[in-house]
Formats: sequence, C-alpha cells, structure tokens
Amino acid sequence: MIELRDVYKTYIRKGISNDAVKGVQLKVDKGDIFGVIGYSGAGKSTLIRLVNYLERPTKGQVFVDGHDLGAYSDKELRAAKKNIGMIFQHFNLLESKKVFDNVAIPLVLLKKNKNEIHQRVMELLEFVGLSDKAGSYPSELSGGQKQRVGIARALASNPSVLLCDEATSALDPQTTRSILQLLKKINAEYHITIMIITHEMSVIQEICNKVAVMEGGRVIEQGSVLEVFGHPQHPTTQNFVSTVIQTSMTSSMQRTLTTDEGSRLYKLEFFGERASEPVLYDLIRSSEVKVNILFANMTEIQDTTLGTMIIQLKGNSEEMDKALAFLKSREIDLEEVGKHVYNNSDQ
Amino acid sequence: MFTTTVTSEQFIQAIIDTVYMVGMSLFVGALIGIPIGILLVVTRPGGVLENKLLYTLLNPVINIIRSLPFIILLVAIIPFTRMIVHTSIGTNAAIVPLILYIAPYIGRLVENSLLEVNPGIMEAAESMGATPFQVIRYFLLPEAVGSLILSLTTATIGLIGATAMAGTVGGGGVGDLAIVYGYQRFDTVVVVATVVILVIFVQGIQSLGNSLARKIRRY
Repeated sequence: MIELRDVYKTYIRKGISNDAVKGVQLKVDKGDIFGVIGYSGAGKSTLIRLVNYLERPTKGQVFVDGHDLGAYSDKELRAAKKNIGMIFQHFNLLESKKVFDNVAIPLVLLKKNKNEIHQRVMELLEFVGLSDKAGSYPSELSGGQKQRVGIARALASNPSVLLCDEATSALDPQTTRSILQLLKKINAEYHITIMIITHEMSVIQEICNKVAVMEGGRVIEQGSVLEVFGHPQHPTTQNFVSTVIQTSMTSSMQRTLTTDEGSRLYKLEFFGERASEPVLYDLIRSSEVKVNILFANMTEIQDTTLGTMIIQLKGNSEEMDKALAFLKSREIDLEEVGKHVYNNSDQ
Repeated sequence: MFTTTVTSEQFIQAIIDTVYMVGMSLFVGALIGIPIGILLVVTRPGGVLENKLLYTLLNPVINIIRSLPFIILLVAIIPFTRMIVHTSIGTNAAIVPLILYIAPYIGRLVENSLLEVNPGIMEAAESMGATPFQVIRYFLLPEAVGSLILSLTTATIGLIGATAMAGTVGGGGVGDLAIVYGYQRFDTVVVVATVVILVIFVQGIQSLGNSLARKIRRY
C-alpha cells in the first residue's frame, strides 16, 4: 500500500545540510493502522510528508498503491494526492469558511456538481457526528470538533490512505480517545489504510497494529505493536513503552529490596492465553523455591493481553534451576534482571 | 475673521474631485496591484508557482517606483500621462500617476496580507492536490479577505494624501483647495475646513474597512 525504499530527505539551509530522514525502509500494508513514533526532531513529520510528496525525497522512492510517486508528472501527482487524505495537528481548516464548505473543498476541486457535493458532505458530517454544525465556522468549534471536520474533509475524495500528522497532539486525553475511536471506525468501515505520526505511545497502544520507532531520521525498530511492546530492543523504544506500560518495580521497592546469593530476580512475560494460566501456582506446587511477586502488570494491546511480572526466587541453586526449567517448559519469556529494570526513575 | 473667498460650490466640487480621483485610481490600482501581490507571493521561493526570474525582477521594480516621492512621479511621467489620457492637466491627468503610485503599494500590502495566511492552510491545499490556480482561488484569497480589506483601506487613505499634490497638474480636490486657497492665500477657514473634511474622510474609510474586515473574519 505504502512503501518507502531507502528514502533520504536532506534540507540545505544557508549552506548547512541537515538530514531529516536517513535511509528509511518502510512498508504499510493495506488495512494497517501504522504508527510512527519518535521524539521531536526525529524526522517523523518529514517522513509522513514524503508519503504524499508534500516533501520530495532527496533520494529513494515512495510507492503508494504500487505507483512510484517520483515517476508522476505534476498533474498525475495531484490526482494521486486525491487518493491520500491528510489531517493535521492544528487542523488547518479555512477560518473564513463554514464547516460545510470546508468539507466540500476537495469536492469543489474535483468539480463535482452541487447536489453531489451536498449529499456527500452531509453524509461525511453525519459520519463524524457533526451534522448539526454544518453552518458553523471553525472558530465556533472545540478542538475535537475541528479535528472531526478535518477528518471529514480528508475523507471527502474517498481516499484509500489517510495520513495523520500528530492529529491528536493538540487535544485533551478524552478527546484524543474519541478521535482515535473515529479513526478506528474509518479503518474498519471504509477499509482505509491509516498512517499515524505521534509522540504519544498511548495512541499507538490504542489503535495501531504496526509501529515504527524513529530516532535521528532513522527507523530504529519496527514491527507489530505486540512485538515491539512486548520486546522493545532499543533504549528509546523501551522508554516509549514504559510511558504506557509499567515494567519496573516501584522505586521504594527497589530501595528496600534485599538481594543475596540465595535469591534471584526474574522478569516474566506472558502473551495472550498464557496470561490467564495459573503458572505461578503450578510453579509453587512443583518446586521448593519461595516465590515472591515484586511487581505485576497486565496491559491490553491489539486485543491481546501482555503481562509483565517481576518475581524473586529464593532457595538453593539446584531448586532454582529446576524452577527455571519448569517456567521455560511453560513457554514463559524469562529474563534474569537486576534491581533496576528499565531504569526509568521518572516512571 | 470667519470670512473666506471659497464658495461652498467649490468645496463640493473639491470633494467630488477627491472622491473621483481616489475611487478611480483605487479601482484601477487594485486591478493592477492585487495580481502583483499574488504574483509576489506565489513566485517567491517555496511558493506554489515558484519563479525565481519573475520574483527577482518584480521586486526591485516595485521598490524603485515606491521609492519615488509622489510629487516627482507626478511630474516625471507627464509624457506617459499625455499618452494615456491625451492631456497633462486636470483630474484625469492626476489619476494616471496616482495609479502608478498606488498599484505597487497595493501590491506590497496584498503581498503582506497573503503571507499572513496560515502556512498550514497552504499545506492542506497541497495535500488535496489543488492546482496553483485553485490554491489561490479557494485557499489563499478567501483566507486573506479580511486582511486584504484592511490593506485596501490603508491604500485608500494613502491615496487621499497623495491627491493633495494632484493640484500640481490641476487635478483639483480637497487637498488642492487647502494648498491653493488655504495655504498660499493664508485663508485659515479653508485650511481648517479642508482638514476637517479630510479627517472625516479618513475616519470614515478606516471605520468602514475595520467593520467590513471584522464581519468577514468572524473571529
């Protein structure tokens, strides 16, 4: 659906070149809700603008629906853009036009007739829940409503791709959730592939099925959200994950916890069905080690439960090895850890 | 002390002349100036019709015309004026230099107004695959209308000032009356009366412009 092949974007200002995007490989399949997360300046805003050629890549190719955007003439590119909707952090609505006319703009550009425009606009406003606001001006709307207008406008030309540039960053958490639900509905009902740029991991957690983590213009990690949340490899990814999933003990616990040779700390991870099995019960029944649960957390991602647990095992080393063998036999992800797991003291 | 040699007919004629000169030169000046302003915005680097040659050519031309004091311009282009209106004196003869004076000024003001339009709007327009013409027609101009009205208000007031010098070519008007009868003949009543008329003009136009702009902006 969307494919970036070794894409670079370099800006040159006053003779100083600045690489915003460095060799990004990315593939978004049809029907995906693909999230790109990164801190400010990671290059994610540039990245999403490369997808609809608001920015032309310095090097590399961008494919949408199998077509190389770089091979298009200006006219063909404009036509291709009508197949790619975009919504923005600050909505970018025309303040001088009513909600109806804002949503109608893409159709006016397509030179549709009045009846057709009226029907389509009212249908879209109904879909985003703003039928009663058709005659209002954007300045009379709340942030969430403005973004709904933005979404209706982006959908007007029946695109197959929707790009969301920090679409919820200017909204409060509750409004964010309702906008995300709307995006989910768009994805499900209209089968529109969605690409989302954000710096909030909760956005990824809530609606994305795939995620790419960006840093310094590069994609440092990508995969299914479950994979990336479950096994974040890069420290930046771990930082992002820890903003929505607590994976470490409370700091007071870390301070007071005594460790000695007769005890070890393990971090266990459970996915899906495993999370509901009585593993610890079985462990205690089958071995002589003392099991002390120091931390436990469960999170739902993509309708799958992800459980994290930190336990302390006490006993002689023979017993402990037996206990470990038991856990491994139950296919539990297991990792010996120190006191400071993902040491994010701010969490 | 309150006597004056100027008749009320003369005052009325002066007001008509001023309104005529300002109206005509504003109309034609806007017709030329607004496209110039649009060109300045769309041809600049990063604009929707980026054109380095046109932009770098247009810029100094506007600056040169704008740096000429109006009184100089008025006299300097007399041959040109004669060519256009077949006379070098009278109200019509004053309108030609007034247009030449105000058009680049309007161009600059329009440029400023259009540059104020939220760049996000332009980005949205581009993301929708709008042609450069559509960007101007459906995004840039509607979003700038309020600001454009204020720009034209400023231009109008500038024109009223300039018409005072139109007397040099026998253009007439309120300003001319003030200079010829009031200033040169020490007729205080005329000076005061013309100043009052001009103040009312300027106030009226500014208020009109402000309220129109407010109505259109809706925020």
